[in-house]
Amino acid sequence: MAAGFKTAEPLEYHRSFLKENCRPDGRELGEFRLTTLNIGSINTADGSALVKIGNTTVICGIKAELAAPSTDAPDKGYIVPNVDLPPLCSSRFRPGPPGEQAQAASQFIADVIDGSKIIKKEELCIEKSKLCWVLYCDIICLDYDGNLLDACVITLLAALKNITHFSFVVQLPTVTINKETDLADVDIQHKRHLHINKQPVASTFAVFDDDHSGPYSRRGKPGFIVNYCSHR
Amino acid sequence: MKMEQSVCEPVCTVLREYACEQNILSKPDGSASFKQGDTSVLAGVYGPAEVKVNKEIYDRATLEVVIQPKVGMQSVRERAREQCVRETCEAALLSTLHPRSSLTLVLQVVHDDGSLLSCCLNAACMALMDAGLPMSRLFCGVTCAIDAESQIITDPTAQQEKECRALMTFAIDAKDRNVMMSSTRGSFSVEEE
Repeated sequence: MAAGFKTAEPLEYHRSFLKENCRPDGRELGEFRLTTLNIGSINTADGSALVKIGNTTVICGIKAELAAPSTDAPDKGYIVPNVDLPPLCSSRFRPGPPGEQAQAASQFIADVIDGSKIIKKEELCIEKSKLCWVLYCDIICLDYDGNLLDACVITLLAALKNITHFSFVVQLPTVTINKETDLADVDIQHKRHLHINKQPVASTFAVFDDDHSGPYSRRGKPGFIVNYCSHR
Repeated sequence: MKMEQSVCEPVCTVLREYACEQNILSKPDGSASFKQGDTSVLAGVYGPAEVKVNKEIYDRATLEVVIQPKVGMQSVRERAREQCVRETCEAALLSTLHPRSSLTLVLQVVHDDGSLLSCCLNAACMALMDAGLPMSRLFCGVTCAIDAESQIITDPTAQQEKECRALMTFAIDAKDRNVMMSSTRGSFSVEEE
């Protein structure tokens, strides 16, 4: 009977709970769902993390590759996030190219990385204008139960902290007649962690009917959604 | 058309010279061109029209926003802007008056000299008005930048945007002056917001 009421009158359904200052799943307005984190589960990735906020499950895998830095930023490496919302996670997503929500989420994560300066891109540079690290961060949602962006930020930060990569020694270019290109020497014995400057924390809030409603769990029909990312 | 600012203590409250023209294109149901200084966006609206079955919503119109950059293909950046514009327009439109219909809003960037998202929002609102689509409220977009000296600059140019430490775009409702949408980038304190 409750399920019928929820489908027919979703606004009234949520209002009836908000009147008692709680939510359909029994949480207080300011209460977050149980969050669990699993670090380093993907062996083939350089860094990985899985986060579950309630039922929402998001996994992040990071691969570090080599590339030439761009000409307008020769001393900076790249961090390339990509958020994928496969049909697996929810019936609202169809197979095919990434939809608007996935692309907008990717842009949001890219802005969070740039704005909060989690990692100094200068640290990813091995040799100016010649070689730099590229961190490909693949964030995949396995179960979509609301509050996607919070989960993406948590899992990205955890995976970045987990990452260990090979330290790098670049041979100086030898001056020979055949003009050999400079060789890069990978030192497998020495791995080092990335230095994390700031740790962004994301919280999503919904404003329902001019009253403040707490951390966001389900797609009801809120009036206003705020994604707020702060960092230390 | 008057646009008022209610930003606290900014250094520069002056917006760039803006211009708007409606009904400039013959094919779309509504069209508008909005210029803020050198930034110029052209908007076209089609609708209410037939909607694809997989996209139809039973009790409201489906709004689709497409932002075409000046050069190149659409990228993730345009998608994020499309989402911002779409969410704002959906809040302003009375879409329940046209169930199982589609509304298409196409925005073409003619020139980008900063404050692009707010120019898109303004062009979108003018085009929706020109198309005669029922709206519960009109909205306007405004961009503010916080530069390295913590000064607030409204309607920044591309150069000012590059040098700022935080960039914020707001969509403001014309009737009650409420913030309908905010999109921010960069680091700033709560007081500054």
